[in-house]
Amino acid sequence: MAAEAQFAALPVSITVNGVKHDAVVEPRTLLVYFLREHLNLTGTHVGCDTSQCGACTVHLNGRAVKSCTVLAVQANGAAVKTIEGLADGDNFHPVQEGFREKHGLQCGYCTPGMIMTAVHLLETNPSPTDDEIKHALEGNLCRCTGYVNIVESIKWAAAKMNGGAK
Amino acid sequence: MFPANFGYVAARSLEEALQLMAKHGDDGKLLAGGHSLIPAMKLRLQSPQTLIDLGTVPGLQGVTVDGNHLVIGALTVHADVAASDLVRKHVPALADAAAVIGDVQVRNRGTIGGSAAHADPAADLPVVLTALNASFIAQSALGKRSISVDDFFTDFYTTALNANEILTEIHVPIPAAGTGTAYIKLPHPASGYVVVSAAALIVRQRSGTCSASRIAIGGLGSGPIRAISTELQLQGKPLTTQTIKAAAAAAAEETDPVEDSYAGAEYKRHVATVYARKAIEAAVERAAR
Repeated sequence: MAAEAQFAALPVSITVNGVKHDAVVEPRTLLVYFLREHLNLTGTHVGCDTSQCGACTVHLNGRAVKSCTVLAVQANGAAVKTIEGLADGDNFHPVQEGFREKHGLQCGYCTPGMIMTAVHLLETNPSPTDDEIKHALEGNLCRCTGYVNIVESIKWAAAKMNGGAK
Repeated sequence: MFPANFGYVAARSLEEALQLMAKHGDDGKLLAGGHSLIPAMKLRLQSPQTLIDLGTVPGLQGVTVDGNHLVIGALTVHADVAASDLVRKHVPALADAAAVIGDVQVRNRGTIGGSAAHADPAADLPVVLTALNASFIAQSALGKRSISVDDFFTDFYTTALNANEILTEIHVPIPAAGTGTAYIKLPHPASGYVVVSAAALIVRQRSGTCSASRIAIGGLGSGPIRAISTELQLQGKPLTTQTIKAAAAAAAEETDPVEDSYAGAEYKRHVATVYARKAIEAAVERAAR
């Protein structure tokens, strides 16, 4: 009884893709499982589960983070954006379009994380060099050897967002 | 992977966090950015009964100037340290180090205070904070005290912080004109953690001689190591390629690095001399500007 009270589930209020969600979670619930299993937002993937691969990348208060290494209770009161929140209705985000145009994915497992990291990059650095793009992707692993096209996809998106892409 | 069950309390103030520490004792653990603690808990290397979250305590973030030093809130994330104009202007070595921790996502969550208090022997910040002669402000219910970096890192994953203290600020002296600082590391190719790293602070006289220095090496021991011989050899000497190279050659003296599957002890000691030289040269270059 005492132990149960000690580990008691806690109420959280987290705004995900603009919608406020009130839930009760065990303190050990990781943000990625809150998104996937409580909210059924399965676009955010669990890859390595050890904060290395970046498949679980989401934006927490506007910054790219690895949601396998954030507790849901730490996100209480915060705003989270996931891959599902990027498109504007039927209009893809330019980074999503870029991955389609430049074939920035093969199996697609790393793609949501890659895209969320890339969106964060372009929000902070609208015209990154190739080198800056590669450094920004340091925390995202692709096992289909797709990095070349991923960099091309992000360059395409940057150009489009800067008004230049065709 | 889930951590073992634990209780969680979001502290709303420093006072409340101190009270919670007193209440939970050894069963409680402070949570900052969680980027060392949460992975360790997921691997069940640590199973605290209660996490006391400092992330909800206001006033622990940001970089400001107070007199002759920078005050860096313990909960300031690495990305903000790396991007801070004050840090880049006064102690660019700290920006060098903060910018090469982990990856973008890790730098958006991991904190300078968390990294310092965790005292991982393969971490970047302890090394650069040693060269910069930082001090650590520890708050307890009884008051606060300042701990010099030379006394702070006491062993593997161990600091001089007492169980009833919270690290609230890191103070970094603003160097005098003519000072240059730099940090470089040889990262492990898979993890990015330090294999060997070097940080240098060089005070260069107009004549080109070295009037003071602090050189720190990471990866050779349980924490950062001052390369005292190197500092002594630089003292009063012209900062030429030859004197720097000779002084740097002493950077791994009397060290006994732990061998691992990636790098042997002799290799680490050799890399330390090379990286010490590179860090000193980079610091001298900045001092001359």
